[in-house]
Amino acid sequence: MRSNSKKVQWQQVSTGFLSSLMAIIAGLVFGLIILVIVNPNQAIPGFLRILTGGFGNSWQGFGKVINYAVPIIMTGLSVGFAFRTGLFNIGASGQFMVGAYTAIYIGYSVKGLPAPWHWLLAFICASLAGAIWGAVPGLLKAYRNVNEVISSIMMNYIGLYLVNFLIPMTVYDKIKNQTKSVLKTARTPTLGLNKLLPKSNLDIAIFVVLLAVIVLYIITKKTTFGFELRACGLNREAARYAGINEKKSITYSMLIAGIFSGMGGALLYLSHTGTYMQVKDELLMQGFNGIPVALLGLSHPIGIFFSGLFISHITIGGNYMQAYDFPVEIIDMIIAAIIYFGAFALLFRQFFTRRLTRRASLALADEPSPATQGGGVDESKTVHVDKEDHV
Amino acid sequence: MNVLYFIVQQMMYFAIPLLIVALGGMFSERSGIINIALEGIMVMGGFSGVLLIHNLEGQMSGQGLFLLGILVAGLAGGVFSLLHAYASINLGADQTISGTALNLFAPAFAIFTTRAIQRVQQIHFTNTFFIEKVPLLGDIPVLGALFFQKTYLSTYLGLLIFLIASFVIKHTRFGLRLRACGEHPQAADSVGVNVYRIRYAGVFISGVFAGIGGLIFVIPNSVYYNPTVNGYGFLALAVLIFGNWRSWGIFWAALFFSIMKTFASVYSGVPFLRNLPIPQDIYNMIPYIATLAVLAIAAKHSQAPRAEGIPFEKGSR
Repeated sequence: MRSNSKKVQWQQVSTGFLSSLMAIIAGLVFGLIILVIVNPNQAIPGFLRILTGGFGNSWQGFGKVINYAVPIIMTGLSVGFAFRTGLFNIGASGQFMVGAYTAIYIGYSVKGLPAPWHWLLAFICASLAGAIWGAVPGLLKAYRNVNEVISSIMMNYIGLYLVNFLIPMTVYDKIKNQTKSVLKTARTPTLGLNKLLPKSNLDIAIFVVLLAVIVLYIITKKTTFGFELRACGLNREAARYAGINEKKSITYSMLIAGIFSGMGGALLYLSHTGTYMQVKDELLMQGFNGIPVALLGLSHPIGIFFSGLFISHITIGGNYMQAYDFPVEIIDMIIAAIIYFGAFALLFRQFFTRRLTRRASLALADEPSPATQGGGVDESKTVHVDKEDHV
Repeated sequence: MNVLYFIVQQMMYFAIPLLIVALGGMFSERSGIINIALEGIMVMGGFSGVLLIHNLEGQMSGQGLFLLGILVAGLAGGVFSLLHAYASINLGADQTISGTALNLFAPAFAIFTTRAIQRVQQIHFTNTFFIEKVPLLGDIPVLGALFFQKTYLSTYLGLLIFLIASFVIKHTRFGLRLRACGEHPQAADSVGVNVYRIRYAGVFISGVFAGIGGLIFVIPNSVYYNPTVNGYGFLALAVLIFGNWRSWGIFWAALFFSIMKTFASVYSGVPFLRNLPIPQDIYNMIPYIATLAVLAIAAKHSQAPRAEGIPFEKGSR
């Protein structure tokens, strides 16, 4: 019994992985076709440059990939976690921005704290800010039946204008038209990574991300709390019937999602890459980029980690596209195509699941247990259900 | 009085695109297909329309060109939305995912194409569509100044679309079938309605409306096209939900939101508001806070179309 359910789990993971891989390949082929149409001579070298991505430029390229991946993995975790619990967190952008501002504010204005503690304070405050921004749509959804998509969109803009209002009053460098530099003590610790890998500008952010992935994995898969949240996502009524407080669950889901986005904001602006916030009437794109990252990673923490790295990898590769006379937007088109083909996942999955179940049933042929086998098929069906969200 | 005229005229520039795009969303979602791709479709429509206007400027101008642009924008939006329809109707794909893909694709495609053609990202156009005063109607006291001066053809077109759309969805056979497909597709199917075809129609209409909305959003607000609509598609989605998926609800929601938004953008032109000690960014926040507040009070009984987001499979129960 036990080994059979393990097998089913493994089967889910592998079909999920295969379907994502198919989507990636299809998306890349689509990109290649576009390149060939625009300029056949440069298409192949340009395409190879995309695939090379961060590699081929010593540690600098590697560092770029990691540093670009850190915030989008965090917002990806935020969006993906909400997806898992049946909510669409389109508000990652706003949560990211208030987190970023809070981190900068603490990093700049709190003085006299020693190095790692100052960073930790800024980091924690940023995640709290993100939590508040995420909790509002959660509360409104749970207690006032307000669709979380609309309230998250509203919170995005409220966050944007609030940050635009606060920056000039507190941490503004008028001459450079950007936020002031945070103090050295508030920078993310490097533990010598930037010296070990020269020019990489790396710090421990990627390990913080890894930790977040592990924590999220444990919460969703190994705790009762996580089980309750996911149960609410699968079927609210059934969860309530089973005695789960679904209002509390919805609130917590959005709150936790907000925490991850807020952390992402902190990690980007406390990093060593020299990134500053500006006063613009535009939402930061890291929040929205979390959506494709989460989708490609099938909303699974580990999947999100790798999909974030992959999207970062080809984005960095795409930055070199101008050398081949292609607009860099080819990358966004490829990512969009990958996500679109990912929407065909159901087809891919049915295909793979059928093949795998056939093989499994052949292997199980001499073991007369139709009941467990039936259970296995049912469980593979729930995968589709849990990807469904309620906008 | 002049201030009032000014505010109403400005408000129309916000309200009409929001109204049209949200109405488009209504057709898609009432047929059972979630359409968060409105943003991307708007970008596509705006892009195609402006590109056409840019290229035909030498030969044409004025309302004829504008109408042609609107036509092309609507067509482009409709065709683009078919990608979403195919994924969500034929393949039973997750509708949020395919919508997100369209949202990602449209601006990238628009910028990529523009750059591949002309190297810079913006497409310039000459605005020959502004109507200073509608003949005859513009001379009516008060009303004339409110609704028939300093305007665009798109305002009346938008209102016309609203009237037609609300009639179609409420009082025609097609509208009834569309709503049935969004509430209980199996029941619709059992009485011989082709759910797939109706849903295709719903998504296509949403694409046409969003495409048109994308163009008429750009025209009054700018003299060049920079492939983005600043989250207007998402706002339209909010208006759709705010309006409870019903045409008159959407009308009032769009009006409410654009009044708030107009205050934020024109307050410096209004002496009374300018003198208040409130900074710009707070004004900018007001529409969003107000919407949240109204929703928190009013959304208790809001009900999305029941079958929304669930792929229909013939023969399933």
